[in-house]
Amino acid sequence: MINVLFKRELASFFATPVAYVFITIFLILSGVFAFFIGGLYERGQADLLPFFNFHPWLYLFLVPAIAMRTWSEERKNGSIELLMTLPITTFQAMMGKFLAAWAVLGLSLLLTFPLWITVNYLGNPDNGVIVAAYIGSWLMAGAFLAIGICMSALTKNQVIAFILAIVVSFLFVVSGSGIVLDAFKGWAPSFVIDTIASFSFLTHYESLAKGVIALNDVMYFLLLMALWLYGGLLIIEQKKAD
Amino acid sequence: MICVKNLSKYFGDFAAVKELTFDIKPGEVVGFLGPNGAGKSTTMKMLTGFLTPSGGEIRIADMAMDQSAQMIQQKIGYLPEGAPAYGEMTPLQFLNFIAQVRGLKSGEKKRRINEVVEQVELHEVLDKPIDNLSKGFKRRVGLAQAILHDPEILILDEPTDGLDPNQKHQVRTLIQNLAKDKIVIISTHILEEVSAVCNRVMIIAEGKLLFDNTPETLLSKSRYYKAVTLHLSYSTDISGLAELPGVRDMEVEQKSGRVTLFPEADTDILHLVTEHIQQRKLPVDTLFVENGRLDQVFRDITHGSKE
Ligand SMILES: Nc1ncnc2c1ncn2[C@@H]1O[C@H](COP(=O)(O)OP(=O)(O)OP(=O)(O)O)[C@@H](O)[C@H]1O
Ligand SMILES: [Mg+2]
Repeated sequence: MINVLFKRELASFFATPVAYVFITIFLILSGVFAFFIGGLYERGQADLLPFFNFHPWLYLFLVPAIAMRTWSEERKNGSIELLMTLPITTFQAMMGKFLAAWAVLGLSLLLTFPLWITVNYLGNPDNGVIVAAYIGSWLMAGAFLAIGICMSALTKNQVIAFILAIVVSFLFVVSGSGIVLDAFKGWAPSFVIDTIASFSFLTHYESLAKGVIALNDVMYFLLLMALWLYGGLLIIEQKKAD
Repeated sequence: MICVKNLSKYFGDFAAVKELTFDIKPGEVVGFLGPNGAGKSTTMKMLTGFLTPSGGEIRIADMAMDQSAQMIQQKIGYLPEGAPAYGEMTPLQFLNFIAQVRGLKSGEKKRRINEVVEQVELHEVLDKPIDNLSKGFKRRVGLAQAILHDPEILILDEPTDGLDPNQKHQVRTLIQNLAKDKIVIISTHILEEVSAVCNRVMIIAEGKLLFDNTPETLLSKSRYYKAVTLHLSYSTDISGLAELPGVRDMEVEQKSGRVTLFPEADTDILHLVTEHIQQRKLPVDTLFVENGRLDQVFRDITHGSKE
């Protein structure tokens, strides 16, 4: 059943320009960030670290844009009433939506393969590290997506869903950034700082981007996905009609 | 088959549906009537498992809605108010999707999709995005979706709203032709539709069930039920008509000159009237028996509740 819902959702991404626009912008921005800001070329190293390092910031704005429509649109045009009176569970509907959007994110990542080819052409990178980093990036994208979908479940207004998703995601990103941690340093005990940092996408993504797949980082993102999707599920079941 | 007991729905403090109790058996075609905001759609949303009731109980096919919603939903075909659909899909893709969700296997699926496309005449729009369809066609897509799996229970919220007269007729025939062992619930604002297709009427106003009986009984509440209306080519003395036994009252409409004779309860006066006309050689050029006027009964019932 999730399969059927997944296919419908995926088809709808491509029937509307959403997927094409998203993928195009993702490719352009990730290229711009990697080359012009990250200095991928000038560094003279055969790896994709500058490319992967910008992903949290890219996802922060792009993933909410793809997540905002998932439930808000259903609410807005009333199709939620149709969907929820079909003999399916809310869980199945949720998974269909999540997996379809996650697949679009995965596809966007895959389509950055020319970069990969380029570094292989220019030098001799560790391709295992690059694959691991791709997987890590995709996992993090899933966590961003789950937050966005949960926010989309809250409201029938896509703009509000978009902004809420950015705000919440932003908190998860910056809690590990130097600025926030510096603000706590000096007066807060180190375990507080560690706890704050441990909630951060950046902390967990850092090693993944370097190609180290540690179980706790993977679990962190999977758990986050599960929690936010479950939150969204509760919200939908509680207030289907408003 | 459908048992509803003390069903209520509150939105905050506002009671949209209050203590509805009714049973519906297979073979019944029920029409929900009521003013705007009466609670018809809200009731349907609870019957289809979309809204959770604030109080009361719904049992369908011996299953409780709060426990076996999915099993119940398999038996129901539902056209929600406004016929929502996925606008970017074409009717064909949409029906395919619904068929898959409903678990129809590929051969069966093709057959059923062809059948319903035939039934609601969707051929010409099958490959246009639903967003670009006219209102009536959108409604027909919604209808097709609801009957696709040949459900035992069909719940249609204003199915003929926005349809052209031919399509209205078609949809009514479709509902009448459904197998005799099914349950159909429709809501409508077209009163004639109820006498045309339903064998049971429920009038709901302000969330309360005010009338629950056959369309004939509803009609018989009308002052005009079995009244005889006639028109004379030129004016003459008709006072004798008013004195006929069984005639309770006589009214003459000023503008058209039509004369209406109201019978006493449960009496047929037609034969007496025609006899009298023949005896007196009255110059009658039009004569017919009234059917009862639903709009007036509807007004009486729904306004009566406010006083
Ligand atoms: N989600 C909601 N939140 C708050 N109030 C609601 C909600 N849904 C419906 N209502 C209210 O409940 C009442 C009943 O609405 P409902 O849609 O059932 O009416 P209806 O009988 O279908 O009317 P209509 O003939 O206009 O379709 C209305 O007063 C409506 O404003
Ligand atoms: Mg309604």
